[in-house]
Formats: sequence, structure tokens, C-alpha cells
Amino acid sequence: MNQMLTTPPAAEPIQGGVGAPAAHDSAVKHVCGTALYTDDIPVPRGTLAVHLALSPRAHARVTRLDLSAVRTAPGVAAVLSADDIPGVNDVSPLVKGDDPVFAAGEETGGEVQYAGQAVFAVAAETIDQARAAAARAVVTTEDLPAILTIAQAMAAGSLLEPPYSMARGDVDAALAAAPHRLSGRIEIGGQEHFYLEGQVALAVPGEDGDVQVHCSSQHPSEIQHGVAHVLDLPAHAVTVVVRRMGGAFGGKESQGNLPAAVAALAARATGRPAKLRYDRDDDMVVTGKRHDFVIDYDVGFDADGRLLGLDVTQALRCGMSFDLSQAIGDRAMFHADNCYYLPAVRITSYRCRTHTVSNTAFRGFGGPQGMLGMERVIDEIAHALGKDPLAVRRINLYAAPAPAPGFPTRAVTPYHMTVEDCVAGDLIDELVDTSEYHRRRAAIREWNATQPVIKRGIALTPVKFGISFTVSFLNQAGALIHIYKDGSIHLNHGGTEMGQGLFVKVAQVVAEAFQVDQSRIKISATHTGKVPNTSPTAASAGSDLNGMAAADACRTLKARLTRFAAERWGVAEAEVHFLPGRVAVGRHDTAFADLIKAAYLARVPLSATGFYATPKLDWDRASGTGRPFYYFAYGAAVSEVAIDTLTGENRILRVDILHDTGRSLNPAIDLGQVEGGFVQGAGWLTTEELWWDAKGVLKTHAPSTYKIPACSDRPVDLRLRLWDRGVNREPTIHRSKAVGEPPLMLAMSVLMALSDAVAQAGDGRVYPALDAPATPERVLFAVERVRTGA
Amino acid sequence: MTDSADPGRPRNAVRFLLNGAERRLERCAPTQTLLRYLREGEGLTGTKEGCAEGDCGACTVMLTERRDGGLRHRAVNSCILFVPSLDGKAVTTVEAVRGADGGLHPCQTAMVDHHGSQCGFCTPGFVMSLYTGYCAGERLDRPAIDDLLAGNLCRCTGYGPIVQAAETMGRADPATEAGPVDPAALEALADDRPIDIGDGTGRFLAPTTLDGLAAATAAHPSAHLVAGATDLGLWVTKQHRSLPLLISIGRVAVLQRIEATPAGLTIGAGVTYADALPALARHFPDFGELLRRLGAVQVRAVGTLGGNIANGSPIGDTPPALIALGARLVLRHGQAERRLPLEDFFLAYGKQDRAPGELVQSIHIPWPHPADRLTCYKISKRFDQDISAVCGCFNLRIEDGTVTAARIAFGGMAGTPKRARAVEAALVGRPWTAATVDAAMDAFAEDYTPLTDWRASAGYRLLVARNLLRKVHWETAGDAAPLTRLAGAAGLAALPQEMRP
Repeated sequence: MNQMLTTPPAAEPIQGGVGAPAAHDSAVKHVCGTALYTDDIPVPRGTLAVHLALSPRAHARVTRLDLSAVRTAPGVAAVLSADDIPGVNDVSPLVKGDDPVFAAGEETGGEVQYAGQAVFAVAAETIDQARAAAARAVVTTEDLPAILTIAQAMAAGSLLEPPYSMARGDVDAALAAAPHRLSGRIEIGGQEHFYLEGQVALAVPGEDGDVQVHCSSQHPSEIQHGVAHVLDLPAHAVTVVVRRMGGAFGGKESQGNLPAAVAALAARATGRPAKLRYDRDDDMVVTGKRHDFVIDYDVGFDADGRLLGLDVTQALRCGMSFDLSQAIGDRAMFHADNCYYLPAVRITSYRCRTHTVSNTAFRGFGGPQGMLGMERVIDEIAHALGKDPLAVRRINLYAAPAPAPGFPTRAVTPYHMTVEDCVAGDLIDELVDTSEYHRRRAAIREWNATQPVIKRGIALTPVKFGISFTVSFLNQAGALIHIYKDGSIHLNHGGTEMGQGLFVKVAQVVAEAFQVDQSRIKISATHTGKVPNTSPTAASAGSDLNGMAAADACRTLKARLTRFAAERWGVAEAEVHFLPGRVAVGRHDTAFADLIKAAYLARVPLSATGFYATPKLDWDRASGTGRPFYYFAYGAAVSEVAIDTLTGENRILRVDILHDTGRSLNPAIDLGQVEGGFVQGAGWLTTEELWWDAKGVLKTHAPSTYKIPACSDRPVDLRLRLWDRGVNREPTIHRSKAVGEPPLMLAMSVLMALSDAVAQAGDGRVYPALDAPATPERVLFAVERVRTGA
Repeated sequence: MTDSADPGRPRNAVRFLLNGAERRLERCAPTQTLLRYLREGEGLTGTKEGCAEGDCGACTVMLTERRDGGLRHRAVNSCILFVPSLDGKAVTTVEAVRGADGGLHPCQTAMVDHHGSQCGFCTPGFVMSLYTGYCAGERLDRPAIDDLLAGNLCRCTGYGPIVQAAETMGRADPATEAGPVDPAALEALADDRPIDIGDGTGRFLAPTTLDGLAAATAAHPSAHLVAGATDLGLWVTKQHRSLPLLISIGRVAVLQRIEATPAGLTIGAGVTYADALPALARHFPDFGELLRRLGAVQVRAVGTLGGNIANGSPIGDTPPALIALGARLVLRHGQAERRLPLEDFFLAYGKQDRAPGELVQSIHIPWPHPADRLTCYKISKRFDQDISAVCGCFNLRIEDGTVTAARIAFGGMAGTPKRARAVEAALVGRPWTAATVDAAMDAFAEDYTPLTDWRASAGYRLLVARNLLRKVHWETAGDAAPLTRLAGAAGLAALPQEMRP
């Protein structure tokens, strides 16, 4: 005991540094209800409530729009239509010009392009008054032919842009020569984001016509520029602040533009603050969703299941405008290989233009649909050959790159990028062992033979997901760090917090850099006045980009402090070390706060910006070749499910996941992303079904009709691990890997396990061809198919 | 059915406790929701609006009322609960869960420790569900946790960390812990006078006797009757309808009784699903399981059997089971009572045999014959907190291998809950064999012509109805019966030992 007391204590590591399983920075506020979301911000007196009036028709000409009775309704302060826009009537991302704020004006008329499109808006003293006033509008429309589905769009040739292809090798020759060949189709439903907090924006007018917007957006800079365009202001007149979002999942990358623009228009028109919050039903009909896809495939393979040639077409329903569909369609193509080498391949993408809501970003951004098409191909090949699909997966995995030019290689993607880091095989090997895949697969087959009603199934699927925005210029980020005289640190960067733990991760990077406890760091709201021209927090790249930008700012500040300390105490800069809570300057030891105070008095600048641009990217879209991704993230999952062959009801029994997050910045946060992503993906592929009626009206527009997973839907037995051998071979922030999107695709194993269970309800002759979402109805009809041979 | 005498003149105010402090409102719109009152009127923004229809739980608060000499705590959805219905009760919101010293409550600590929040928007609702579970003081196993949290949607975490929080937060010990609500403060609000409150645009009447209720209803035939508002609330929050006159049945004690008589069970129209569940599950286990999957705890805490019947929905879950059991309805108009078989109450889609000014008073379920067996199936896209695509209830009497009586009723197959009389006829008098079942299955097409909608296609509905009869047959195979169910605890029992929680 005495010995311990007399020994100098080892330096306590800092609290909340890199690699610590630190809690979400707002966790205590979350559980106490004190975390403020946009709708919780106390509003200035006189704030107006804004309501959007929506089109009930999918495609129609507005022949008359008479808003006079709306204007005179009680409490109304402003009525806004296409005639009332000082700038451009457009809130499209990337300024495509095809997403009007309002579809029509009283003078200009207009055309509605989907049921749910905003026609006009009312700002009133209360939301009830605004809603009641909107109902007094006289709107006459004349229906136009509406194209609603992928099938209709393909038949009509209704595309947003010409088909786009990626290819490598001679696929027609490979298919013709292949000893085995099959073709098929998978239809994949879309998905509603169902962030718990709906779209919301509060616009507060300022001096000189300026406006400040508090909103719930993944892309504050785009809101800023969008509002500026609509109001005909320079960007500097618009400030956008986002402290946190109540979930986003891609649904707040571009979809916040409209409510922000309308709130700002109302503020501009009245000189009063204005808030627009969609209620759940409006949110679900107004905003875009994950794209539904129809994927057709023609594949050639050998007797072992080795892929020889694949010709795949992907048709995606984009809706009435581009939004982000071009990049989403591209990403679906980039992931049409998943983890598998395709010696000869052609991928053709049709971006269908329909009179439905413009579909948008959603966790995975097209990747999940592209990948699922590939996993379906593998599953059907295995069925055709009577093999375990795992065996077919394994022999087709990307191999190590060729040792030198001229060697045959099985490591080149359909877009001619060499896969340098494929660890899917290692992950699969480990997971097969830890999940006892083979023993359980055999046991399930024995069990099924004794059970006439309930059948179980199992499947393992891997994930390889490319990390970087494929629109290359977006791969940049900025940060701003102030150190105050008392040694406390103000951290700001361009990334937004939507629950994914970005803020705490970046704070951990800063804490690690300065070797201070995380509690010393104030995490501050994303603010376009602090870090400009930011990219959306998307593509899983939030901590990669902003972590690096913050680290860059830290480097600048540390260099200044090091230089100052070395001069002050007369030592070499190499003798200045930032240690936990203190700084060693030669033999002199100083508390971090004391060093800061001294630096301030010596007039050392204590504020710095940081910047990062992802290296190595080189993508040429025109030729479909190059390196769109800095690296790949990998994972694998084994799912076991049970189905009821009389009703199609199904349940996930056990899931084993092994996921590679490199050297995790925060394993607790990363595990949360993996688990949450998996369950969200499982919802997409099972219970979540979007249903439009024959007139193109969405009938599943609230949780009563649209079913995301509930508590009891999570796997009964979930065994989740981050891969302890994981490390990013590229020098990312502390060698971590992006984690936001990739785990969602682990849920492909659920659909494939359901396919396995359905197949075992029959005699093995007919492939289940189970489409997504695998609702009880789809599962039951698949059971009927395999049993009746139809 | 009768109750006590005239309670006196109405009170033109509503009184309740909010986080321990008394609120007395003399002006209140009849359809003022608790959620908007909290956020806009009290500035308590911790409680969130996620859906405004009682399906996501982000708005969950704890409602406490006096019950059987003690206090009972229930998680409820504040988004569709009308403020005038709070009279005499206590509301606890997330802002009051922390201790007076500012320390976190064990359920909050557990949520933080297990990383149970990501975006945090659903979190206050989860905290209130956990807190209510904690206050109830009962041990929570996995199925109980699934039920406790079934009404709270989380889009971020995948639920695992929240379940871990529920498993580790502990539970209240009434012997040593003061409860969250002061019983004396609630007692002080007790008052049997009827309530008559409004805001100039609408009025909310809450009689406290059955006679008073019947008289008010007869006097105001255009009024809307309200109990838990789990359906009527949506008329306000979703359809934005104006309901100028509401008459609440919620303060009539006699309507909240369940009585076992020699003839059967009589359930007052104001009995909540939560209260009916144990009573029905005791006699009809499958009916209990059906109720367990009706809404979620927040809905079952206030929604009533009477409301489920009176609103006439073709997809209400209790009518098929009640019809299969041969339940009769007691209606009341002024002083007059009228009885009819429940199946005759549903005339057509949206049309019930209820006269203006008449109210549903009670439901009577006759005791079953010893050989009767009630089997209920709810088929929906999601097991918990979903609306049935098909709800099938089979009450079969099988004696010496022969079907001697059959009452089969379905929801989701027609414009009303409806009996499958052709199927019944194809079964009765025949041996209970696979061949009989096969033959009877075809009769479903005579009984039903279902619709296609977002819940299921017509073809699926008809196929499932047929298959459910087959399932009943499998389940009566005794020891040879295979596994047939995936939902709930029965589904867990079907798991391999290694996977059971």
C-alpha cells in the first residue's frame, strides 16, 4: 500500500480520447428531454406558423388557382405561391432547376408533377389557422397522363437522362460461351426514412434583408445557397444553423431545402419569424424516399458457380426530378459486384422519370439495391447448382491484386478500379467459425424435415462498400477551433449531428490531439458562418472528412503552441510533448490551461481553421473508369430466420455480425451504427412497404400504415462484433473506417435466409425468387410458387 | 346496470397534477391534446411529436390515477389524449424524471450507460415507458420488455441497447421508495361532480353516473362519445375535424367494471384493453394474445372494448373474437336498454345499429361449453403495434372427433367484422379431419370477397383465411401438433434452446 503511494502515479489517460467507448455527447440531454431540436427552440414573439398546401393529383395542369379567400381567412399573414418568389423558383440540389418551391402561381398557373407536391403556402398566427385557411383555396386542375411505376416509365421511355453503362470484358461472348446460364429479375421496394423528427425550419429575419435559418438538415450549406437563390440574396445574407437532427438517414440531405426556403419566404414577406414543420403525413408524402428498383440479370457461370459473365440492367424510379438520382444510380452500379469478381460484365442503368415524389438519398445511396441484385444472382446460381450459396460466394470473392502488371488478376471492378483491400474472405472465414454456420445449416435442414408449418433458413452475405462521394468535389471538409484563455476549446466543423455520433467522434480526435479530457471541448452547432461551403454529412464520410479537418486545425494550433513553448522555455520543438492534461517542455511541465494562458499573453493566435480533401480520387464518369473510392468498408452477417408457410409471417431468430470499422474511433458508437443499420436494413427488406394507389397517391403515410421495425422485431439473438484485426490501409483519421452506411447492407442476409426457408418449403425444383420487402404476403406467395411449381 | 345517485351540479373546470403541481383549467377546448398543451402551453418541449396518431410513442408521458386504494401508473400517448379527460389524474413528463437533486433516474442512467440514444428524438418517450415500467415494480423478462417498449419506435439503435437498459435499470421497491406521485395530492383532486368545460368553440361533458351519461347522450344525439380517444383523437390530429361536443364515458365507474356472473362475463364499455386483457386471457388465452398485440401499452392503457366496437371498424381486433364467442351487446338509450348479438350490430361498412343518442353500455360473453376452443390469429405486416390485414377467430366445439358447433368470424375480409357461415356449415356435423378442412376451406370464397389495399391483396387475404383453418387443425393435433406460431412468447418457445433469451 505504501509502495503504491510513494510511486509516482502513471499518467492517467485522458477521458474520451480516440478509441474510447465514450457516450454520445448529448446522451444525458436526450434522456432528460433537454436536448433542443429545431421545434423546441423558444421562438421570438410573433413567430408565424406556415402550412404547405399539397397537390392531390399526380400529374395535372393547374387551370385556376384562386387564393383570395385564403388571404382573407382569420390569422393569415401571408399567402405564397410561385408568383411570390423574388429569386428562382427552384430548390433542387446541385441546382438542376427541376424542383420548384411551388408548382403553381395565381398568375402564372403551373403543372403539378406528383401527388404531395407543394402548390402554395400559408403563414398565419397559428398552425390551425394556416391549415384552415389553406382549405379555402379554389384550385381547378386538368389531369394529364401520369406515369407512376418503373414498368410504365420503361414502356414509355420516360427517363431523366440517357441510359448509362459501365462495362469490362466481352460480356456477350462470355455469356454465349458459359456452360451454365440463367436470367431473372428482382424487384426491390423503396423505403421511407421515418426519421422520428420531421422536416422543420425556423427562419428569423435580420437586418438588410438577411435571414437566419435554424433547421434540421444534413446539408446546411445547400440550405444556405438554396434560400439565397429563392430569395435572390447573396449567400452571405443567409446563415444556417443546425445543432442536431432527430434522425436523417439521407432524408435530410436535400429534402430540407423546401421547408427552409418556404419559411424564409414567409419571413421575407412578413418581416416576422416563420416556422414550417411538416406533420408526419405531410412529411411522408412531400419528401422523397429510397428508390425502388427493378433489376434484370443474365448470368453465365461454370459448374462450381464461378461467375463468367453478367449482364445486368438496373431500372430505378427517380420520380419527377433529378434530386440526387444520378449519383444514386451510379452508386447502385458501383455496387452491382458487391464482393465478387466479374470477368466480363455490363451494367446498364435506367433512371426512370415518373409522376411520383422525387426519390432521394437514403443510407447506402443506391448501394444496397445494387448489391442486393448481385446477392440474388449468387443465390439463384446456388439454387440452380444445388450448392450452399456460401460456397458460391466464396469462390467468387475478389482476390488479392496481381503482383505485377501482366499477371492475371481477379481484383478489378466493373469500373476498372483495382480492389487493394479486400478482407471479405477473412471476415467470412472468421464468421463462419464463430457463428457455427455449417453445423447450424445442417441442423436447420434436419429440423425442417420434421416441421410442416414453420420452416427455418440461414444465409451469410458479405458487404463491400465504397467510401467517398462519387461526385468527387464533395470530398472536402473544413473545421474551426478556438482555444479560449481559460484553456477551454470550442470545436466547430462542417459536419452535422443526426444521431450518428459524429460530434463526439470529432471531439475525441481533438481531445487526443491536445491530450485533454473531452469535457474541456465544447461541441458547437454546425453554422455556415463558421465553416463555409461544406459538403453534406453523407456518404458515411462524416468522421473521415471532418475528423481530418479538425485534426488539421489541431496540428496548426499545436505547431504554434509548440513553437511558443520551445521559445519560452528555451528547448527544441522536438522536446515539447502534449501529455494527458499537461504539456512537457523539456524538463518543464505545465498544465494545458497554463500554457494557453501564457500563449495568449504572448499574443499567439489561438484560433485556427483546418481543411481536408480526400486524396487518390480519380474518377472519369464519361468512360466509366478510374478510382471513385478512397477505400472500401467491409462486413459480413449470418442471419437465421423462421417463416410460417401458412401465413408468410416471418421472424429473425439469430444474427451474427462481424464488421470492419478499421481502428474504431469509438467502438460504442460504431457498434450502435452497426446494430441500428442492420435493423433498419432488415426493416427495408421485410416489413416496410410503400404502397401507392392506382392514381399515384401514397397510402402508407404514417406509422399506422408504414411499419418500421418495432422492439420485438430485432433478432432474438444478436451477436455483434467489430473486427479486431481491422485497420484501414489508407491513412484515414487514426486508421478508422467509415461506418454509417455499410452495416445497413448486412441485412441482405435476412432476405437470403428467408429465400432459404421458402425454398425448403418446396421440393427444390422452383427457385423462390423472393422480392423485397418480404412481407408475409410475398413470403406466402413464394411458398405457393415453390410448392405448386408455378 | 345501475350506479349511485345524482352527484350534483357540474364543475366547470378540469383539475389535474402536472409533474406534481396542480393545474386548474377553466377554459379548454374539448379536443385540446395533451401534447400540444405541454409543448405550447407549458413550454415542456421534452415530450415530442413523432406521428400525432399514437403509433410511435415519442410523446409518451406517464398517467397516474387512483385505483383500488392505491395508485396506478400507465404510459400513454399524449398526442391523442384530450386534456379534459385528465381530470383527477396526474401527468408526469420526462422533465420530472430526474431526481430533485438533479441526479439521473436509474432508467436514465441505464439508457446512457448502454448507449440507448442516438438521435435522441424518440428517447424521452422511451424513458417514459421505461420509467413507467420501473414504477410498476414488476420483474421484466424479454417478452415483458418487448411489450413495455412495443409502442415506442426507434429508427436509430435497433432497440438492443434500450432493451439492455430495461434489463439493468432495476425496479421500484414500494417499501422503500416514495412513488413518483403524491397519493394525497391526487386524493385532494377527487370529486364526483360531472364536468362541463369548454372554450367557447366547443364543449366537453364528463358525467359520472350511467344515468347522467345516458341522459346527456340522449339529449345531445349529435355529440361524439369519447373514451380513450385512441381512435377519435385521430379525427382531430389527422383529419383536422372540429368536434364541438364531446361526451366522455371515462368517469362513469360502473362502465369500467368486469363482472363474472353465472351466465358469463359482462364487460363495461369503458373497460380498457389493459384491464380486459387479464380477465379475457384467463378464460380465452388466444383472446389475451390477440389483445396483447392490439396497439401497444400506450393504446391499451386508455382504449376501450366499447370504443373498438362502437366505431364499427372492419379491422377492429376484438369484434371477430367476441362474435366467435357469441357475445351480445347491451345498448342504452335514455332509460331503455336493448340487447342484440354483436354480429348484428355491424350493418355495413361505417354503419352500425346504433340510434342517435344511444350508447354502447356493455358486452356480455357467455361462458363457453367445455368442449369449445377459441383460436385467434392476427395477421399483419409487423407483429406488434400493427393493424390486422386479416384477423381470424375460430370457436370450434369438437366432441368425439366431430365438429358439433362452430362460430368463425373474421376482420379484414369484408366491410364489417363478419361470420364465415358457409365455412361453419361445411364443418358442423362432420369429422374433424384434414379432408373436412380441405373441403371447408373452399367455402371462404362464398363468405368473403375481400379488398386489396395497402395491408394486403384480396388474393392474399383469401388464401390466408383458408390456411388459418388448416392451422387450427394442426393445432388440435394434441401431442403431434407441430410448431405453428412465430409471434410473441409462443414464437420464442419455438426457438432452438441456444437462442432463447
